[in-house]
Amino acid sequence: MPEMSRVCLTPAAAELVRKMYAAHGPLMFHQSGGCCDGSSPMCYMQGEFRTGASDVLLAALRVEGVPEPVTFWMSAAQFGRWRHTHLTVDVVSGRGSGFSLEAPEGLRFLIRSRLLTAEESAALGGGPG
Amino acid sequence: MTRFAAPGQPGATMQYPSRYDHWIGGEFVPSALGRYFENPTPVTGETFCEVARGTAEDVERALDAAHSAAPAWGRTSAAERAAVLNKIANRMAENLEALAVAETWENGKPVRETLAADIPLAIDHFRYFAGVIRAQEGSLAELDDDTVAYRFHEPLGVVAQIIPWNFPILMATWKLAPALAAGNAVVLKPAEQTPASILYLMSLIGDILPPGVVNIVNGFGVEAGKPLASSPRVAKVAFTGETTTGRLIMQYASENIKPVTLELGGKSPNIFFDDVSLSHDEFYDKALEGFTMFALNQGEVCTCPSRALIQQGHYRQFLTDAVARTGKVAQGHPLDTTTMIGAQASNDQLEKILSYIDIGQAEGAKVLTGGHRADRGGELSGGYYVEPTIFEGNNSMRIFQEEIFGPVVSVTSFADFDDAIKIANDTLYGLGAGVWSRNINTAYRAGRAIQAGRVWTNSYHLYPAHAAFGGYKGSGIGRETHKMMLEHYQQTKNLLVSYSPTAMGFF
Repeated sequence: MPEMSRVCLTPAAAELVRKMYAAHGPLMFHQSGGCCDGSSPMCYMQGEFRTGASDVLLAALRVEGVPEPVTFWMSAAQFGRWRHTHLTVDVVSGRGSGFSLEAPEGLRFLIRSRLLTAEESAALGGGPG
Repeated sequence: MTRFAAPGQPGATMQYPSRYDHWIGGEFVPSALGRYFENPTPVTGETFCEVARGTAEDVERALDAAHSAAPAWGRTSAAERAAVLNKIANRMAENLEALAVAETWENGKPVRETLAADIPLAIDHFRYFAGVIRAQEGSLAELDDDTVAYRFHEPLGVVAQIIPWNFPILMATWKLAPALAAGNAVVLKPAEQTPASILYLMSLIGDILPPGVVNIVNGFGVEAGKPLASSPRVAKVAFTGETTTGRLIMQYASENIKPVTLELGGKSPNIFFDDVSLSHDEFYDKALEGFTMFALNQGEVCTCPSRALIQQGHYRQFLTDAVARTGKVAQGHPLDTTTMIGAQASNDQLEKILSYIDIGQAEGAKVLTGGHRADRGGELSGGYYVEPTIFEGNNSMRIFQEEIFGPVVSVTSFADFDDAIKIANDTLYGLGAGVWSRNINTAYRAGRAIQAGRVWTNSYHLYPAHAAFGGYKGSGIGRETHKMMLEHYQQTKNLLVSYSPTAMGFF
């Protein structure tokens, strides 16, 4: 059974992560909010986006073929509103804006969400707050 | 009903060329690396032109052109610059239908809206800033009998502007008009979802501007936006978009100690007090239209009234009427003048909206109407259409907390005034809000208590120049659509002058 996590990748997303890793090196995600392309996960070279005390690390994703874990971050305030949900990073065709690395491929990472199970919620702290 | 012929068809009001280069130094210039990307229309999903795929090399060329033009442009008189802005407005007015069709084909929004709102508002915006730059004055302070502090406004020089895709021409105008009025040269990057309509505009107005004063570089954010936003050669960055990119732009600007203005979206509450339903009169009808405004521009508006808060006393009847009113929103071909809601701007936007409809239902929100992708049939089957959707739930659900940027409203009830304000302010954002009441005291107090930069009172979705627009909280920094934006594009020069012939006496 895989380790319990708040975030996972679909096979298509993992494949795109491998491609981005080959082109750019170690990677990170920061979940956006707000207007236009908000609510999309932004994929950057690790360290390109400076995280700080106002961010939460949701997961360090292991991707086959990518030696360094891919970190997944969100602002703490936003996490307060999202913490009861599990996030799956998927890929769709599209033209997403922002500075996310995959956009020139004609592809966009996309978040699909579901509620945490009772077991996940107990283990990961999914209650409101 | 009028159906405008689509660009590419015989008899169309305007035609797009098959390829657009960058607009640099007053002419179309091929991309430095020779690369182009396809630009589909959301109306059908079919590509209608290709657009230069810019990189740092193109951004540098545009910055060279802007820096060449900025000193002379910055020294022109306010009267000359105002005349240029008015000429741009007149040229746009002469080409209103062509610009409206171009914008609809580019973005997917109904031509009814581009004809009545996007383009007329853009025209008026240029005229407004032509006016206010003539009226702007410096100041002086008489510090004592011999000493005077003079305050002058000076242009910043060369500024960067990154434009969103929801109102491509209007949002570009919101940023261009004050920057140009203030005497700056601009390098502007449109969104990669909507790169072409701004270039069509430049093809109409380019001859009015001195070469290099406005430069347009297209391309992807990471390839063209990043080198522009992080360039030490720009004096300021203006951005409309989402929070993560907004923070990244602030980080880049901090490296160069440059100012930014940011407009980052919202989750705007639209509050309907019980007294709205005292009579089913014209005002009641207006309030129902105000509710339905969530579908304007397919919900792709930073101030979409995406949370409707309805007081418990009239909750059920008002909501029933609001659902019925929403059912009358006509979806169809965006080039039909009777169509009220068109296509979402891109496939990934469509997918994101559908993912939110999924999580809304998973969280237990009830779909009162809509909830699906709409297949309009024929050539529109390849386009990106969503049914106007009303959810009923509570404010802690993610569909109440995140900007879906689609025609989706989340409805909940409130008990009294304090409860309404508490729910309204329970959000990370503070861009827009709506308040509906027949009681002026209630409306006034609610408007002042809501933590948002724009509170429409017994109205919604009006965007006139001369009314400041911008956000509280996570919604950004700065105020657009008002003369106060001029100062976001100006330096303050203080001349501190002594008219005394005598030494100060220190040394």
